[in-house]
Amino acid sequence: MSVEMAELQKKNDIPPIQFGEEVTGAETLLRCLILEQVEYIFGYPGGAVLPIYDSLYGSYFKHILTRHEQGAIHAADGYARATGKPGVCIATSGPGATNLVTGIATAQMDSVPLVCITGNVAQSLIGTDAFQEANITGITIPITKHSYFVRDIRDLPRIVKEAFHIATTGRPGPVLIDIPKDVANAKAPFTYPDQVEIRGYRASLVPSDEEVHEFVKAVSEAKRPVILAGGGIIAAQAEKELRDFAEKTRIPVINTFMGLGGFPGTHELSLAMPGMHGNYTANQALLNADCVIGLGARFDDRITMGRTKEFAPKARIVHVDIDPAELGKNVETAVTVAGDVKSTLAKAIPLAKTCDSEAWINQLKEWREQYPYKYKKDGDVLKPQAVIELLYNSTDGEAIVTTDVGQHQMWTAQYYKFKHPRSFISSGGLGTMGFGFPAAIGAQIAHPDRTVISVVGDGGFQMTNQELAIVSQYNIPVKVAIVNNQCLGMVRQWQELFYDNRYSQIDLTCSPDFVKLAEAYGVKGLRASTPEEAEAVWAEALAHDGPVVVDFRVAQGENVYPMVATGNTLDQMELGDD
Amino acid sequence: MQQHTISVLVNDQPGVLTRVATLFGQRGFNIDSITVGGTEEQGLSRMIISTGGDDRQINQLMKQLHKLIDVISVTNLSENPFVSRELALIKVTALPSQLAELNGIVEPFRAAIVDVGPSSLIVQVTGDTEKIDALLVLLQSYGVIELTRTGSVAMARSIVPATAAAMV
Repeated sequence: MSVEMAELQKKNDIPPIQFGEEVTGAETLLRCLILEQVEYIFGYPGGAVLPIYDSLYGSYFKHILTRHEQGAIHAADGYARATGKPGVCIATSGPGATNLVTGIATAQMDSVPLVCITGNVAQSLIGTDAFQEANITGITIPITKHSYFVRDIRDLPRIVKEAFHIATTGRPGPVLIDIPKDVANAKAPFTYPDQVEIRGYRASLVPSDEEVHEFVKAVSEAKRPVILAGGGIIAAQAEKELRDFAEKTRIPVINTFMGLGGFPGTHELSLAMPGMHGNYTANQALLNADCVIGLGARFDDRITMGRTKEFAPKARIVHVDIDPAELGKNVETAVTVAGDVKSTLAKAIPLAKTCDSEAWINQLKEWREQYPYKYKKDGDVLKPQAVIELLYNSTDGEAIVTTDVGQHQMWTAQYYKFKHPRSFISSGGLGTMGFGFPAAIGAQIAHPDRTVISVVGDGGFQMTNQELAIVSQYNIPVKVAIVNNQCLGMVRQWQELFYDNRYSQIDLTCSPDFVKLAEAYGVKGLRASTPEEAEAVWAEALAHDGPVVVDFRVAQGENVYPMVATGNTLDQMELGDD
Repeated sequence: MQQHTISVLVNDQPGVLTRVATLFGQRGFNIDSITVGGTEEQGLSRMIISTGGDDRQINQLMKQLHKLIDVISVTNLSENPFVSRELALIKVTALPSQLAELNGIVEPFRAAIVDVGPSSLIVQVTGDTEKIDALLVLLQSYGVIELTRTGSVAMARSIVPATAAAMV
């Protein structure tokens, strides 16, 4: 054992590991995970992973037995997003492995570090269409950062080491390790490499001084600059650098959906979220800026609306991204920096000057006051936006909030002002329904002392609500806030606006009684239908020392505004009817 | 749309070809031809990929290829002079009595007749795409029964000549 390994064991109080001892592939895997400082594993056993589960029996690891593999991977994802550490999940071969697919694609789209371990049938059976055989490495090639099929137990330690390295460095992402059963059962002396060497892989990119000078020069010449801060700020832990840079240069900051929390939503320079359901000021800022500075943001079509020529038409676009393939992919750029946002900003801050932007900032402030997010209050009717405001006010914006996908997701992004990185966890790129609740479980496990709220719709919650068993079994105190409008709200909104009110297949009135459902799992269930009830019930939920499901029965016909319809440009915003 | 020849050095691992081909499909690029083979270094393979696109598209394609963990380097050979060759085997309807006549056609192309049967023969030709296309046109009149061609293998020239005329 190397000195580093010995130090690691001492420091992290991990079990002693005998190097050179002959152990099985399953035991090898678990030893590798210990050395990677993995603490929690989310998973579901099955035939092909029985050797691994047998080794897990009575081991150091805290294993969370979800009720579906999709729950396991979303929980691992939530854990990873809440901590920045890689999430780990295990599934068996065939259907177990394919049940991970949506979660892998979700993590890939949002650049989340995951290590997914799947079992497979023995190599002698590979290719024979054996029971529960699926080519999971082949299936997941387009949705992983990298994947491995382990052919020899002697390769396993190197592969695990590489997998964690790849998942967590550069642009993070999911890595899959598929282990056939014969490899899990084989025996070999245990070793673990100290270092990773992957030829051609660029793990980190520190920009050159020349690139940084060009970046600073372009920014300092601007009079109407705006920063578009994406998820890369959070992934790179660059929130302090972003704040210092914005304050020094006096450049307002727009947080993309994935970047919410990367810059405080309560800051005077914050313009909040742009795009399809972004606010008027952020979109006007993009339309009128003379310089848009993309920092770890990928200019996706929910922001550009796919109309890239009309996006930020008066601006030079400056783009910093750790993934060189993002530079120039979606929009034409004037200056590009292929590099880590944190080190780029750290180099840029001493060189940067204050921009001549006060007139611009005042204009943006005027717009912000004139066109805030707003909705029409209606007596005793509980409005969904009011529910999110209640969640925000009751937690002073300090909770970790996860969401599913749909209207409630957008209202959460609009009305909950995220102040801290890793406090907003949502499926941005793939838009995965069923993500929010298991992700909250992972986030709560990572942060047992923080308030974790899972805002879900009545549609998405029913995709993974079987994980109520987990919060009950392990007493995970997630507060589930169902924004229940008894339909698929976002689909209904689009049908109303673009399909002539032909409400095809969105009726969810025949959903279960969510209070009784929660109680059936041994979880506290509460319901509110008016603003007064909502306040009282939510206070009770927060005070309860354990998981709670709150069924907020909200107005059914409410739409998300502002909205830029598909095919339109950012200057064609519908602000709503009030 | 311009034609480009991309040289991709990859780890010789199972599934690498699938990863590269999947990337092309996923990102909406077409592969006109692809060849894979060994290199001067054990454990590495080189892919030569012919594809079409404007400069921005090819630039993006090269960046995407570089993201693959098993890809070690990506070079757009079309940016500088390069040598490109493909191999074709062409089975032509012909009687043995026509052998001399066909030899007269293939010889200027430095091609060869490598198999002769009672009613057909096989011509082997190497060269750039245009040369093989030209020979094919001549052989069409005899009746081409079967054609198989490899796609390009290519390599950057050692010396970049001052003028294209210096190239052979």
